[in-house]
Amino acid sequence: MEYEKIPAEKFRFVQENERIHDKELQTKARGFFADAMLRFRKNKSSVIAAWILLFLVLYSIFVPLLTGYTADDKDPMYNNFPPFIPSIADKGWGILNGSKILDSQNDSSLAVLKGTAIETGKDPINEIVKVHETLVKRRGQWVPQYSYDVDVNRYYAFGIQYRTFNANDYKRLQEWQNETGIQVIYPYVEPEDLPAAKDNPKMWFELNRDGTPKLDDDGNYIPVYSTHTEKQGFEYDSIRLPNDPGDWVYSTAKAGAVQCRILYYNYYIYLNGHEPSYLMGTNVMGMDMFTAIGLGARFSLIFAILVSAINLSIGAVYGAVQGYYGGWVDMTLDRICDVLSGVPFVVVTTLFQLHLAQKVGVVPSFLFAFVLTGWIGMAALTRRQFYRFKSQEFILAARTLGASDKRLMFKHIFPNGIGSIITSCALTIPGVIGSETSMTYLGIVNLSAFAGTTIGTLLAQGNAAVTTAPHAMLWPSIFLGLLMICFNLFGNGLRDAFNPTTRGIDD
Amino acid sequence: MFKYALQRIVYMFFVFMIITVMCFVLIRMLPLPQLPPEDVHSLQIQMRREQLGYNKPYLVQFWYFIRNIFTKWDWGLSETLYPGREVWSVFVEKLPATMIVNLYSILWTIPVGIALGIWAALKKNTWIDYTISTLTMVVISVPSFVYAFLIQYILCYKLQWFPFLMKGGTDYFSWAMFKSIVPPILALSFGVIAGFCRTTRAELTEVLTSEFMLLARTKGLTKTQATVRHALRNCFVVIVPGIFGEFIGILGGSLIIERIFSIPGVGGLTLNAINGPDYNIFMLSTCFYTAIGLAAGLVVDISYGFIDPRIRMGSKK
Repeated sequence: MEYEKIPAEKFRFVQENERIHDKELQTKARGFFADAMLRFRKNKSSVIAAWILLFLVLYSIFVPLLTGYTADDKDPMYNNFPPFIPSIADKGWGILNGSKILDSQNDSSLAVLKGTAIETGKDPINEIVKVHETLVKRRGQWVPQYSYDVDVNRYYAFGIQYRTFNANDYKRLQEWQNETGIQVIYPYVEPEDLPAAKDNPKMWFELNRDGTPKLDDDGNYIPVYSTHTEKQGFEYDSIRLPNDPGDWVYSTAKAGAVQCRILYYNYYIYLNGHEPSYLMGTNVMGMDMFTAIGLGARFSLIFAILVSAINLSIGAVYGAVQGYYGGWVDMTLDRICDVLSGVPFVVVTTLFQLHLAQKVGVVPSFLFAFVLTGWIGMAALTRRQFYRFKSQEFILAARTLGASDKRLMFKHIFPNGIGSIITSCALTIPGVIGSETSMTYLGIVNLSAFAGTTIGTLLAQGNAAVTTAPHAMLWPSIFLGLLMICFNLFGNGLRDAFNPTTRGIDD
Repeated sequence: MFKYALQRIVYMFFVFMIITVMCFVLIRMLPLPQLPPEDVHSLQIQMRREQLGYNKPYLVQFWYFIRNIFTKWDWGLSETLYPGREVWSVFVEKLPATMIVNLYSILWTIPVGIALGIWAALKKNTWIDYTISTLTMVVISVPSFVYAFLIQYILCYKLQWFPFLMKGGTDYFSWAMFKSIVPPILALSFGVIAGFCRTTRAELTEVLTSEFMLLARTKGLTKTQATVRHALRNCFVVIVPGIFGEFIGILGGSLIIERIFSIPGVGGLTLNAINGPDYNIFMLSTCFYTAIGLAAGLVVDISYGFIDPRIRMGSKK
């Protein structure tokens, strides 16, 4: 290439009739929140926590609406019963089958369970887990004696119960039996026919002297149903057992009413219109645990959000005044904070309950207790933000331009600190839920009348039966634990994301 | 420094008095519980009420209350829970059970917590650090009754290693007693371990990256020497006040753990006093918990000054 002789026409002006200026930025500017979101999304554990949290919140909103149970559905008999769903229990997968292990059952109690299975057609024995053999000396001889660890379905094992009805109820029940073909009333057994039964409604078969069932030639149990027509209560005109010869009596007269043997499982269907079906079992009140947790969580979440919002507003204004004016205002307000934060929370809650619960209700007085001291943390945070920003140049500029104190505080300083204030709100919510649960757990506040139940109440009820019905403690514990962990992880993630000092730092 | 400590103590005393007045008036405003008419103690309690000026203005009542405390250390009589007994004597009876459980718990949890924190900080950004940090996070979030449930169910029921509830009696140092308080100790421990682990890790990681650590290494100290002599000492400025605060806290204990394991301590007494209601016991509990809370804050504040010369010098100016 010749550089010496470049012809003139090869040259051209870089710019002739256009202005030189910087190119407009083509990329989109990233805002504060978008930036924070980007950093939040990098934090995998917080994202997972956020999803689980969303799931839990949806659970608490929709489950109480969709299960068909309400806070008032309390079955008086099926309380602290294990998880059970009929359609799944029948498949024999070993889950949701109302299973409870009964230790060391002897032959006669096993016979009762078998008797229930034969009479009602619902086999309470899921599985015989273990057979213990012990040798006992009987009439000078060592004979083996067996005892069993049996996995029973508690719903089926609850089986036949005594119930007393008046004439109307008895009639209505019979009509229902005719309509649906479901046998609720079973033939009565008079105690005089079966003295060994000791008034146990589940006994209906003849017994040998040693308490074992007497068998006929085919190896079947021999029924001893009542045929004492003279003792019959009100008239029975409804479906009978298939093997009924026609003279079995279905009730006995009891002082203006009748006593019957009813199959509680079917009686439940009669009362509620559906089979018992409890995904997480029932609590001690006989409520569906799945619904109860949803109800409790819904209350906790709404309450915590409300408390946080109120505390945020009070704390922000209080802290703004403190931080902006400083000096003796700050000092005085700080002393008030010191006094208020010194009162133990239990005492505050108790005093509010004792003084105000009668006048304004349990929930508002509980709310006041939280609000009384809850805003102090928020105020301290806002105060710090104000101290940080109030001496900066842009405030001086605004003041020089004649902005009022109020405008300076809430238009210029407050928006600068809003990120950290809001994220700390995300961390106060689990704190409020924790305190709320503790207080209802301890029974200092009883919210059952208002919210149906709360997680704390469920936990306290579950703790009373921790050995007999561990599921009643397990599910609320899992729910609460998960909720708290997720809230904290989510809050931490938000805090890190909004914290400008971590911008660009990948630790 | 002494002047600063004195100032703080006097200030705390004033705060304490204000809280006491407020709670006292609020408690006295409540309707009094009915006394059983034929009980022998009813007359005694009635007379005491008369003597304490229950029908006089609240401030006069408060004056009597304070005067009795300062002159005779008399906190009044229990009215419904232990009719006719001195509140203070009931309270003192309950204190050892609370203290012993909390003392055992912090004696082993603080070293473990700090050790885990140090380990995590030294192995920063390795799987050890991640595991410890995540577990800490999880453990701190989960409330104590969940642990109590797990411990009761697994250790006490399934494995049957320990009894369900705390043994009665006052033989606090017998083996049977120790065995029966292992479950509450464990239930209390998780939170404390996690708390100390988190503080230690955060503090130590910050100190380890500071410039004087680099200087210590460049002047020829080994990593261990530098860590033990410089990093740990600096990070203990924050941890030691926390330990002091925790030791004050053992008096207070945990209401929930006491309820679950039926520890005959002050927490249970307070709950019974609330449900009773027995206002004299409740008043004493209120003062007690307030005093502990304030004292813990005070001890933390003052010990900062004693431990760290920089803070001590700063307060002199």
